Amino acid sequence: MSTGAGRTLSAKATPYLLSGPALLVFSGLLLVPLLLTAVLSVNAFDDATGVKSGFTLTHYAAVLTDEYYLGIFWRTFSVSAITTLMCIAIGAPEAYVLSRMGSPWRSVFLLIVLAPLLVSVVVRAFGWSMLLSPEGLVNQCLQWVGLGPVRILYTERAVIIALTHVMLPFMVIPVWTSLQKLDPDGENAALSLGASPFTVLRRVVLPQVLPGILSGSLIVFGLSASAFATPGLLGGRRLKMVATVVYDEYLHELNWPLGAAIALTLLLANLVVMLTYNRVIERAYRKSLG
Amino acid sequence: MSFLTLTDVSKSYGSAPVVADMNLSVEKGEFVSLLGPSGCGKTTTLQMIAGFVEVTRGRITLDGLDITRARPNSRGLGIVFQSYALFPHMTVSGNVSFGLEMRRMTKTERRERLDAVLALVHLDHLAARYPRELSGGQRQRVALARALVIQPRVLLLDEPLSNLDAKLREEMQFELRQIQRKVGTTSIMVTHDQTEAMSISDRVVVMEAGRVTQIDDPQRLYEYPQTRFISTFVGKANLIRGRVRSAGPRARVDLGSMTVEVDAGGAAAGDEVFLSIRPEKLSFVPLGQGQLDGVVRERFFLGSQWLYHVTTAVGELIVACPNDGRAPLEEDCHSGVDWPSHLVRVLAAGTAGFDAQQSTPAAES
Repeated sequence: MSTGAGRTLSAKATPYLLSGPALLVFSGLLLVPLLLTAVLSVNAFDDATGVKSGFTLTHYAAVLTDEYYLGIFWRTFSVSAITTLMCIAIGAPEAYVLSRMGSPWRSVFLLIVLAPLLVSVVVRAFGWSMLLSPEGLVNQCLQWVGLGPVRILYTERAVIIALTHVMLPFMVIPVWTSLQKLDPDGENAALSLGASPFTVLRRVVLPQVLPGILSGSLIVFGLSASAFATPGLLGGRRLKMVATVVYDEYLHELNWPLGAAIALTLLLANLVVMLTYNRVIERAYRKSLG
Repeated sequence: MSFLTLTDVSKSYGSAPVVADMNLSVEKGEFVSLLGPSGCGKTTTLQMIAGFVEVTRGRITLDGLDITRARPNSRGLGIVFQSYALFPHMTVSGNVSFGLEMRRMTKTERRERLDAVLALVHLDHLAARYPRELSGGQRQRVALARALVIQPRVLLLDEPLSNLDAKLREEMQFELRQIQRKVGTTSIMVTHDQTEAMSISDRVVVMEAGRVTQIDDPQRLYEYPQTRFISTFVGKANLIRGRVRSAGPRARVDLGSMTVEVDAGGAAAGDEVFLSIRPEKLSFVPLGQGQLDGVVRERFFLGSQWLYHVTTAVGELIVACPNDGRAPLEEDCHSGVDWPSHLVRVLAAGTAGFDAQQSTPAAES
C-alpha cells in the first residue's frame, strides 16, 4: 500500500529530520572548522610567502621532536593534573559538607561555590593577578607571618591556584549529584556496625561518590588542559601553555599550519589521556558500581 | 532490673514534642513491637535507642549501663533499616562481614560467622551477589544477617517488612520470629501494621501522638483495648455509644433504644461510655432470640470468613462469621444478633488516647 510505505519512509526519516538542525549547527560550527584545521596542519609554510598548498608532516615532526614544544606539553598536562588533584582534594569534601548542611545554608553556600561561573574568566584572572602580585594581598599576609615575599604571579603556582578556583564548580556539581543518590541510612548502618566516622567516609561514602569524582576529574582535566585566558594572564609571556602557544603561532608568528598542528596534537593527547583514565577507573569499579 | 529500660524519655524539636515521657522496660530475649500510626513517635523512639537522635530528656539504660549519650558506634546494637541501607558497592558477604571487620576479627573467625549467619537466613548461595542483583526479600535477609552477625545486644527493626509485597511480608513475619527465637536476641520492632505487631511480638507498645497508651501482650491488647483508638486501630471493633445507668461489678448501660448488662470495667453511674465488641464475637440467631434484631445490608466474602454490615436499632454493626460451610445469610434478610455479654468492653467516651489525638498537632516521626 502506498500510504503504508509512505508512512514507514517518513517514520524512518523523522529522527533525522528532528535532529537535522542540531546536526547542521554542530557540523557547521565544529566539524567543518576542525576539518579545515586538520587540512591546514598538513600544509607547508614559508616565512616569506606564508601558507602553501601541498602535503607535509614537518609541523607534526617539529611538535613531537622539539624540546621546546614537548616541554610546553609536559607543563600543560602536569598543571592540569595538579589542578585536577586540587579540585578533588577541595571539591569532594566541599560537596560532602554542603550535602550535610541545613536547609537555608546549603543553598547559600552552593551559590557561593557556583558564583565563579557567573563572572568572566578574564575578570577573575585579573583579580587573581592583583592578589598574587609581589605587593598583593597574599604576599602582604605571607610577609606579616614572616614567610614572604614569594614570587607567585607568572609562575605555574599562580596558574594552578587560579585554574583550581575556576574549575572547582565542575568538580563540586558531579560529586554533589552522586551524593544525592546516597541512602542517608547507609552511614547510620555503618555506624551501628561499629565503624568510626572516618571509616564510614572511607569505606561507605567515598566508594559510592567515586563515579562523581571520576566525571568531575575528566571535565576539570579537559578544560584545564585547553584553558587559554587563565594561563595567558597569570602565566605571563614566558610561561607558556599549549593553548597560549597556539595563539602565538597564529597571531605573532603567523605560522598557521604549525599552530593547527599543535592544536590537533593537544586535542588527540587530551583524548588519549581522558579515555585511558576513564578505562582504568571504570575497569576497577565497574563490577561494584554497576 | 530489666535489660533495656527507657525512663521518661522525651524528644522535642523546638517546642514541638515528638515523644513525651516514654517509659518502657524490655527483658532479655523479648520481642517488643512499637505500634502506632505514622507520626506517633515510634521511629524517633527507635532512633533514640540507636543513638541517631539525641534524647532531649530522660534516660536509656542497657544491661545496667546508661547509654543515653553513648555514641551510636559504641552501643553494639544491630539495626535493620526500612530502606535496608545495604552498601551497594559491596557484595552480600562484604555487607555482612563489614561489622566483623570493624571488630577486627581474624579472617577465619569472620568466615565462620559469615557462613553461619548466611545459612540462618538462607542466603549461602548468594554470597557473591551485589545488592542490586537481589530481590526485595533477599535484600531484607541480607540486612537482617548484617545486623545479626555482630551478635548485637539488641536488634532494632525499623518497619522491616513494609517494602515487601503482601504474601512475602506474611512469610517473612514468621521467619523473622523463628530466627529471633533461634538466636534469642532481644528485639524491638517499629511497625504501623497491627497484624504484624501481634503475630510476632511478645509484647506490643501502642503509641499515639508521642505517648504510650497501652503496653500488653498481643492477646490482651486485642481483647482488652484500653482506649477507643486502640479498639479500632488494633483489629476491627463495633463501637456503640451509651450512658451507664447503674455501676457495680455488672453495669447496666443505656444505649438509647435498649439497655444491656456488661462487665463494668471501672465505669461509674452517669458516665458517657462506648461499648466495644469485636465483629467475630457477634453471631446470628433466630429473630427475637438475641440481644437485638437487625437487617443485613451488605455482605462481603473474604474466603475464610463472611463479613456482614447489619443495621440495628443501635446503629450499623459489623458481624464476622467463619466460613464453616453453612449457607451465608442473604442481603436484606432479617435476623437476631447476639453476643456473650462478658466479651463486651466498656471504654470511657473521652479516653486519653482519643483526646490526645484531637488536641495535639500530628508530630512527624
